[in-house]
Amino acid sequence: MQKNIRLGIGALAGLLLLRNLYVILFNLPDEMEQGPIYRIFYYHLPAYFTAMCCYMTALVASVLYLTKRNLRYDAIAMSATEVGLAFAAVNLITGMIWGRVIWGIWWAWDARLTWALICWLVYFGYLMLRQAIDDPSERAKNSAVLSIFSFVSVAITYKAIEWWRTQHPGPVLSFRTGQQLIDPEMERMLYTNFFALALLAFVMVTVRLNQETLQRQIDGLRRRAHAL
Amino acid sequence: MIFLQVAAKDLRSELRTKESLNASLSFAVVILLLFSFAFDPSGEAVAEFSGGLLWLVFAFAGALILNRSFARELPNDCLEVLIASPVSGAQLFLGKSIASFVLLLGIELICLPIFGIFYNITWTPKFWPLLGVFLLGTWGMTILGTLFSALTVNLSLRELMLPMLLYPMMIPALMAAMRLTTILLSGNDIGGDDLVWLRLLIGFDVVFTTLALALVETILVR
Repeated sequence: MQKNIRLGIGALAGLLLLRNLYVILFNLPDEMEQGPIYRIFYYHLPAYFTAMCCYMTALVASVLYLTKRNLRYDAIAMSATEVGLAFAAVNLITGMIWGRVIWGIWWAWDARLTWALICWLVYFGYLMLRQAIDDPSERAKNSAVLSIFSFVSVAITYKAIEWWRTQHPGPVLSFRTGQQLIDPEMERMLYTNFFALALLAFVMVTVRLNQETLQRQIDGLRRRAHAL
Repeated sequence: MIFLQVAAKDLRSELRTKESLNASLSFAVVILLLFSFAFDPSGEAVAEFSGGLLWLVFAFAGALILNRSFARELPNDCLEVLIASPVSGAQLFLGKSIASFVLLLGIELICLPIFGIFYNITWTPKFWPLLGVFLLGTWGMTILGTLFSALTVNLSLRELMLPMLLYPMMIPALMAAMRLTTILLSGNDIGGDDLVWLRLLIGFDVVFTTLALALVETILVR
């Protein structure tokens, strides 16, 4: 049953992404100053939001693990972080491609870009720490603490374009600026694509969660076999 | 005030063996020497990245000190005894942080004149504001480093894991400290737009000290 629901959501995400790709490429007009490359923005920003949602899920799951000591929350935090890292990588790579076309360089050591990279490295460190600890409860406890610490870098990345003068474009979405700086149709497409990517992320997290649950069952059986 | 006793114990133990102190200090001097091959140390541009150089040295040397913070207690199961003792996790952590802070600050104050001599930088006119930046930056590094030292103490790869976790996480403090140090070593005062770095450094210290004190008990209790 769960597998069918997951397949359904995955198919919906896939169809929505295809439909969005068609609209982005053929229906929406070019941006006045940037030309066609601006379309990468429809993946760059939603990927960032999706990664933020994953990191936030990891934070909530980590706090829940520390309060309830249920390993299920640890598995959620780990799965969400892994998927978040993948989306953060999409965000970084699409940003670099855009930067190459618009700025003429792949990478600028600008506050927003640097913070996005720091954030990625911090969460990569989280996964490294997990790999280095064998005992499941010790691993869950230590990585939950690290996940809480790591979230500070997410908050700083979010606010970087306000705190520092950056080369990175400033906020354009109406919920952050309080005014309509971009065409409503373009803004709508951003949200629609975010929804599609968020659905995809949800499916990926549940698949990873399922794998983790199975891995724990296998480890448990292996321990029992060794005990016998 | 048990944390002061823990700090005194750690300092006494380190000053008797000088294990990490000697290693860290000689490592800092070696890095200072190596940097001189990367660019012209007598050039006027050195002042523009002096803060970055100094804090990189402090960060590398600091990792050696911080690695030992909890690992020092591993022989003879001292860590288990400390955890089982009536001392709270927060007190134990604070004591260890203060000890590492004092050791690291000592190394920084030795490195500063050496840096001044090697790279022809005048630091004496701005010594007191520099000391303020050192205090804030070192506290940020120490509080995070000591916490991660507790997190990684039981790992076989702890010497590798600590810098892996610590360096990206302490970048806000490192960035701010580098920037403020550069401003001061260039002979300028901190003011105007640069105050954002000072605020960042203070904010970093407050946020991470609070988080660390709130969570350290969870890490230490097995």
